[in-house]
Amino acid sequence: MNKIFKLDRRNFLKASAVAGGGMMLGFHIPAANAAVTKESEVNAWIVVNSDDTVLIRVAHSEMGQGSMTALAQLVAEELDCNWSQVKTAFVDPRLNITRKKVYGGMATVGSRAVRTSQEYLRKAGAGARDMLVRAAAQTWKVPAGECTAKAGVVTHTASKRTLKYGALAEAAAKLAPSADVALKDPATWTIAGQPKMRLDMQDKVMGKAVYAIDIMLPDMLFAAIAQSPVFGGKLKSYDEAAIKNFKGVRQVVTLENAVAVVGDSYWEAQRAVRALPVVWDDAGNGKVSSASIAQFLDEGLKMDGAPVARNDGDVAKAMTTAVKTVSAEYRVPYLSHAAMEPMNCTVRFTDDGLDIWAPTQNAEAILNAAARASGLDPLKINVNLTYSGGGFGRRGGAAAGDYVDQAVLIAKAVGKPVKMIWSREEDIQHDFYRPISSAKMTAGLDASGMPVAWNTRISGHSILTTANPSALKDNMDVGFLVLFADNVYDVPNMKVDFALRKTHVPVGYWRSVNHSQNAYFRECFVDEMALAAGQDPYEYRRKLLHKAPKQLAVLEAAAKAADWGKPLPAGQFRGIAQIDGYGSYVAAVAEISMKPDGSPKVHRVVTSVDCGYVVNPDTVRAQLEGATAWALTALLYNEITLKDGRVEQGNFDRYRMLLAADMPKVEVVLVPSGGFWGGIGEPGSPPVGPAVVNAMLAATGKPSRSQPLIKRGGAASA
Amino acid sequence: MINLTINGAAHAVDASPDMPLLWVLRDKLGMTGTKFGCGIAQCGACTVHVNGVAMRSCVTPVSAVGDAEITTIEGLSEHGDSPLQKAWVAHQVPQCGYCQSGLIMAVDALLKVKPKPTDAEINAAISNICRCGTYARVRDAIHDVAKA
Repeated sequence: MNKIFKLDRRNFLKASAVAGGGMMLGFHIPAANAAVTKESEVNAWIVVNSDDTVLIRVAHSEMGQGSMTALAQLVAEELDCNWSQVKTAFVDPRLNITRKKVYGGMATVGSRAVRTSQEYLRKAGAGARDMLVRAAAQTWKVPAGECTAKAGVVTHTASKRTLKYGALAEAAAKLAPSADVALKDPATWTIAGQPKMRLDMQDKVMGKAVYAIDIMLPDMLFAAIAQSPVFGGKLKSYDEAAIKNFKGVRQVVTLENAVAVVGDSYWEAQRAVRALPVVWDDAGNGKVSSASIAQFLDEGLKMDGAPVARNDGDVAKAMTTAVKTVSAEYRVPYLSHAAMEPMNCTVRFTDDGLDIWAPTQNAEAILNAAARASGLDPLKINVNLTYSGGGFGRRGGAAAGDYVDQAVLIAKAVGKPVKMIWSREEDIQHDFYRPISSAKMTAGLDASGMPVAWNTRISGHSILTTANPSALKDNMDVGFLVLFADNVYDVPNMKVDFALRKTHVPVGYWRSVNHSQNAYFRECFVDEMALAAGQDPYEYRRKLLHKAPKQLAVLEAAAKAADWGKPLPAGQFRGIAQIDGYGSYVAAVAEISMKPDGSPKVHRVVTSVDCGYVVNPDTVRAQLEGATAWALTALLYNEITLKDGRVEQGNFDRYRMLLAADMPKVEVVLVPSGGFWGGIGEPGSPPVGPAVVNAMLAATGKPSRSQPLIKRGGAASA
Repeated sequence: MINLTINGAAHAVDASPDMPLLWVLRDKLGMTGTKFGCGIAQCGACTVHVNGVAMRSCVTPVSAVGDAEITTIEGLSEHGDSPLQKAWVAHQVPQCGYCQSGLIMAVDALLKVKPKPTDAEINAAISNICRCGTYARVRDAIHDVAKA
């Protein structure tokens, strides 16, 4: 036990059987290997303690999106416990193996935490409540049907006798679960559906919330790493003599494509690795540049025989009937995640296994990566879960094991516990980037100005080329064509095809994934059509959405909240956009004015969202507010460029982030229609960028067809 | 040995004089509430107070601190109930929370010199990066504290 994190068991367990014997973090810190007491574990998700506190297990990661609290709300709602007595603990991924996947999938990606687990979580809560009620009924020798549960207390209505959950847990745990327990009508919810305070807030304002990068172990050393600057490259040689006089340096460890310096502090290790002369083999990728990649994508826009994802009607024929044609090419760059907690991983080999800490969106992926890198049985690997300082897709994909592999290999070579931290430069230059993509769209408008034909070619770098190449059948990735292949605008003749582009740059899942670029392409092109037709872009969309009531509803809600059509102060302009994705529907209206340099000043963004059921309305608002900042950062500033095969940006000085001064006023309008469960982390940002660009179109009459709007050096792009 | 006063307590640390205060706090003293985000004073995750003034500790050599009073997030209040921290909870400001230690320390230093900052003053003083984009709530929470 180290001196930083005191074991604070409190009285939350009746017994003290600590699973695995691993290190327990304080109770307020979600501990992976939370102790299990059979007496009080009512079911896999719920431990009721003798002091009536309830421990709810959370199988998904908490990286800021709030699902740790939302998932607990769903369980607590059906459990009818006292919300103020709820604590949470992350699920040890080994438990998910030994318990045969009772915790479902743990990957916290695709805005899926709530929507894919809500049913079994609610059933877990309802099932446990049923067992607690039956335990009370047995104690009183009355029919269970005469008892009710509320706020952690079971009451026998007739006799007014009561028993608290803490007193019933041991008996309840011995009962067989009922086969089928009815779930509540969400209209009756009192814990779910409410803007409950997040369970992680207090620790996060005190600097007490623990992230993987904060782990301190006795006898621990620190590693800093330099990875091949050219993707795919390998380590050839290095000159260790150059750092032999550096203080605090213990050891140099070589990996296939990286070299690490291990030292007494991270700073000493990092200073040395930066000074270490290294020769790399660039694997033939040393001449790739942004210009060569741009040319490759442009060839994709023109190439013949691109596989077709959608072909409604007869686009070529319908084009001949058009009275007006609109055509445009749009482009977006590679983007980095840049989560605030840099990639890091701490590994300690034990007598027969290892302990590991790493920020993650998927505890099972950490387990598997550590098993692979160490050669150990997964059940010997103790994954200690912490909060993650952002994730945004970087720490959840199939390729997410890179930092885990490195730390395991370094700790193995050193023979002591090692905390490896990537510098911000390593983080930005060794990402799995949001893909580069281009779109060429052509529409034919009829005499009324409405599109009768719409042709879309996407030329871009499918994420599957990195994440899952075997899923790329016949060079088609329909996911890359989202919002086009499933375009809900009612256009009778529509064709969508795809030119797959693969470069040496690793690509991956970045918040909002392919919606992030396709919303921009599609929604800005709709405004170009509306402009050509001389129509209001909101009314134009309303006509095109006459067969899509949910999309239409959020569009109208955003327009109404933003006073669409009413006058704005002189020099201000509005733009609008809408998308569906991750099971939800989102629209945005942006109000902007133009700066002298041709870039927009965003004054206000109104977003409306229908995610079906709302589990925590304040979390939904927070996600949409944050998504606005996410979208504006990319739209205004972000671009990963390549020169000599390597990324040119390295830190926030050249990969600029939105700051408080740039943040517009954000208003979030919740219009939940119920009846379905939509995601919330990802769908918020896609409509924001195009709403801003469409406002620029309204202001200037000129489309902005490439991102970012502000190129490095400050000048606005054409 | 370097002598430091941190959150009112004296510490003697064996560190290179040019080691940034951030890494003395984190790696030498195990005070991990102060975060590493960029290492070049761009993001502000490492913000602490040196004699009450917000400093980015990732570029502040420990030797430059001398006998100044250092305050970190751990020393802002014993129970996390300073008016600023209470406003942060009331507005549910943090998301991932990683940048928030530095943000809170930066705002606390601002409020010491400008108890009722205007939006323009907030914009000028608070240049911390929050990748989750909590800026709107940051502003609301600041104005709430200023009103009290």
